[in-house]
Amino acid sequence: MTVERAEGLHLLREMLRIRRFEERCVELYSATEIRGFLHLYIGEEAVAVGVMGALAPEDAVVATYRDHGHALARGVPAEAIMAEMLGKVEGTSRGRGGSMHLFDRSSRFYGGNAIVGGGIPLAAGLALADAMQGRRQVTACFFGEGAVAEGEFHETMNLAALWHLPVLFCCENNLYAMGTALARSEAVTDLAMRATGYGVPAWPVDGMDVLAVADAARRAVVQVRDGGGPVFLELRTYRFRAHSMYDPERYRSKDEVELWRRRDPIALLTERLRADGALGDDDLAAMEDEVAAELDAAVAGARAGTLEPVEDLTRFVTSEVTT
Amino acid sequence: MTTTYREAVRAALRDALTRDDRVFLMGEDVGRYGGCFAVSLGLLEEFGPDRVRDAPLSESAFVGAGIGAALGGMRPIVEVMTVNFSLLALDQIVNNAATLLHMSGGQFNVPLVVRMTTGAGRQLAAQHSHSFEGWYAHVPGIRVVAPATLEDARGMLWTALCDPDPVLVFEHGSLYNIEGELADDAGAVDIDRAAVRRPGRDLTVVAYGGTLGKALAAADQLTADGIDAEVVDLRTLRPLDTATIVGSVTRTHRAVVVDEGWRTGSLAAEVSARITEEAFYDLDAPVGRVCSAEVPMPYARHLEEAALPQVADIVAAAKELGG
Amino acid sequence: MPSLGADMEAGTLLEWRVQPGDTVHRGDIVAVVDTEKSTIEVEVFEDGVVEALLVEPGTEAPVGAPLARIAAVAPAAPAAAARPTRAVAAGRKRAARPRKAKAKPAARPGTAEPAPTVAPVAAHLRASPLARRRAAERGIDLAAVAGSGPGGAVVAADLDRATVVPAPAAPEAAVPGPPGRREDRQAAMRRAIGALMARSAREIPHYHLATTIDMATALAWLAETNEQRSVSERLLPGALLLKATALAAREVPALNGFWDGSYRPSPAVHLGVAVSLRGGGLIAPAIHDADRLTLDELMAALRDLVGRARAGRLRSSEMSDPTLTVTNLGDQGVDEVHGVIYPPQVALVGFGRVAERPWACGGMLGVRPTVRATLAADHRATDGMIGARLLNAIDRLLQHPEDL
Repeated sequence: MTVERAEGLHLLREMLRIRRFEERCVELYSATEIRGFLHLYIGEEAVAVGVMGALAPEDAVVATYRDHGHALARGVPAEAIMAEMLGKVEGTSRGRGGSMHLFDRSSRFYGGNAIVGGGIPLAAGLALADAMQGRRQVTACFFGEGAVAEGEFHETMNLAALWHLPVLFCCENNLYAMGTALARSEAVTDLAMRATGYGVPAWPVDGMDVLAVADAARRAVVQVRDGGGPVFLELRTYRFRAHSMYDPERYRSKDEVELWRRRDPIALLTERLRADGALGDDDLAAMEDEVAAELDAAVAGARAGTLEPVEDLTRFVTSEVTT
Repeated sequence: MTTTYREAVRAALRDALTRDDRVFLMGEDVGRYGGCFAVSLGLLEEFGPDRVRDAPLSESAFVGAGIGAALGGMRPIVEVMTVNFSLLALDQIVNNAATLLHMSGGQFNVPLVVRMTTGAGRQLAAQHSHSFEGWYAHVPGIRVVAPATLEDARGMLWTALCDPDPVLVFEHGSLYNIEGELADDAGAVDIDRAAVRRPGRDLTVVAYGGTLGKALAAADQLTADGIDAEVVDLRTLRPLDTATIVGSVTRTHRAVVVDEGWRTGSLAAEVSARITEEAFYDLDAPVGRVCSAEVPMPYARHLEEAALPQVADIVAAAKELGG
Repeated sequence: MPSLGADMEAGTLLEWRVQPGDTVHRGDIVAVVDTEKSTIEVEVFEDGVVEALLVEPGTEAPVGAPLARIAAVAPAAPAAAARPTRAVAAGRKRAARPRKAKAKPAARPGTAEPAPTVAPVAAHLRASPLARRRAAERGIDLAAVAGSGPGGAVVAADLDRATVVPAPAAPEAAVPGPPGRREDRQAAMRRAIGALMARSAREIPHYHLATTIDMATALAWLAETNEQRSVSERLLPGALLLKATALAAREVPALNGFWDGSYRPSPAVHLGVAVSLRGGGLIAPAIHDADRLTLDELMAALRDLVGRARAGRLRSSEMSDPTLTVTNLGDQGVDEVHGVIYPPQVALVGFGRVAERPWACGGMLGVRPTVRATLAADHRATDGMIGARLLNAIDRLLQHPEDL
């Protein structure tokens, strides 16, 4: 597979943005500027970046609680995300959502869902609305392999297939539902095969290879958009860090983590681009500088943000404007 | 014209489907079967399978899809066969429908209507007969209404559809066959206020949904004892119209709250608490409650009758307060 | 926060009358506190210097909570520990993980403190909230009402059916409530007065007597006395009328006391003084032991009482125990007052204005300053002869102002 230089650099830059953004998050979390849960996407960047690149602006995205990567790759401004994590009114949800609940109307980014599997029926509904209103749009629904154990996954796979809904199911299989290995929770671990049981076309993808993800997503999106019904991608990936910020990692070995780190999606693409002569040291340094500048501004902007007045606590429980 | 509650709900559905292309009805057996309680009979033929949509027995998926479709610009009416079954969709209703607006900082409202049958009285035993509307009334972010009259059966649905936020409509199963006069031009009614269904001086009986008729019958019987009871129909269970309740009790100085839910942690408890909070110095007797016996609903007729609030219980409770 | 009533659990500090550094003496009013019942002045019980005010106005404090610190001597520099230390801003990283406070291990049974003794509690009277409110408005003692409600509780209807027995205390609803909600308070006071007066009119068989008193001697004496006084020390005719009434009440104990089924004379004369309030309403707090006060003391007490009554700052005892009420509407220009008795008192003395009127004496017509004194009295306790004795005594006493 040959890579267009521009596309390659774009994918690399997007993955770097996520990686560096989350590294900042770790710092800010340690300094207690970010609190609550902080689920890091580091190691899985190729999945969000590869899939988002295949979507059109009018498509919809339903993400999980490990959603920084999805939001950034979808184009939600880093500063708004950072402000949300700092609990500021300038945040994506005015400080009401936090890390797990990023939302953005302008990019049709429907969260930020922290009930495992809970976002999957929403995606079917969004797709149903598109289908009923004759819009050729795709709803990309991200969920982890842990959600496959939830009833909502199975109900929705059936519903989407039954109603031929334009949903792209993106199963991020990072092998662990928190600390429970896939083989400890599923009798059948071939997730793509599970999906085909519902009549949904499904194929596994190397989720550490952003080019493979991008390619698979492009093909899947075309099929969904063209009325082919839902498609299921099993994106095999790995999170390098703990489930949320810190955990004792008793559920997996250091050797295993090390093995996967050798397939770091950013390193893989960097090598590939270097080998193709598409990326020099200067290019990489410049890219890092640009990303650092963006994040410096995002953190500074978020820190300079304001807090929602407590008097407004009960706003947004019910709508303020009749639609 | 003379009509039934069932026909009034059907007329409301037909009206909504006719007036707004974004409206569709979705649920188990709403189409070909004509609705479990024959409410939607004939609508499939009139509006087609796209808009009168039979759903698989996947409460979580189709309620969640309703939420998604509402997010996607539709105005779904989701029918859940009974409130007992809605527990399978509790995650979608409570974790998604009720929270999305707040969690997204006001970006995503959910204009969804969920209708469901509630209550006992038809010997359907312990998995089809309960009254969980009080649970739902606990949750901020959703509106809960209980049409008890033909006017409300006809008029609440459209107002609920116009609400930008989720509305749960509870139709008591014993009401579908009640017959009465309904104005030919009956239309939308408010879903904000409780209503005084019978004015009286000596005692306030607070009821809603399936217990309204019993409360009115009890009030008639109390006349023989020289007790002039006022009957308040809550209509909207969340947000409660405290002003109307308290206004009535301030006049009558006594209150009996009737609720088919179990007494412990019930809606009746909430109403009683509000009366005590806001009308304490106008109370001439403790607030009385007539609720269901604390047993799963039994099948045998005499046991079911004994478990439910009956007219005689309301009369006895009223007399005990010395109306 | 002083306990200002057995049922008081907390009070809201309304204002400070002192500042840190002020010297205070026992008996000084240092603060004004709002309780559920009234606005009450807080006295200090020691001499010293105010060192610190610990409670901000507007703050509620439980009974027993310190409101201020008063040093017995001139304050030394406050101890460092007493000074609120500024909370040290914790370093970010160190402030990180909030730890759950460990529950204190419960004392093991058997080794713990002695078993708590249960304080004796007065039998709780069963009455509905509405009945309680209305009884308070009407001054009805709930304990004497047979209840017909759930569990024998007194309900509102029982109040109407009951043979009403006056509560020993004056109706508390007549005491101005806490500041704020002025409209409510006035309406509530109007209701309370209405209920009380209606009850009086309904239950008390009033008889009314009147007499005209020559005030020439009294006013001449007053003018002479006042000549030697500064304006602020001057006595008013009202003080003479009060003192004369107080002494007369002592002479005629049958009119100085309470009716609660039978007559109970009062050993002391606590003269209720009807004070009309700005913005409407009426209140009749007591000048304690009015018969024992000098005219100057009485005058001062009157000024103080009127001022405080209008400011809503009466002491609770002043509301509870007048033995005979005087209502003086002279400064309103009326000639005479036909009063309604404040239950459970048995008499009310009224005075109109002191005015020059034609006066026949010894076959001659002259002009004299006179006042019309009236008596409204409870026929259950006395009859006209006793009433006449009181008015005559007042007249006689006013003819010897130097003895008042």
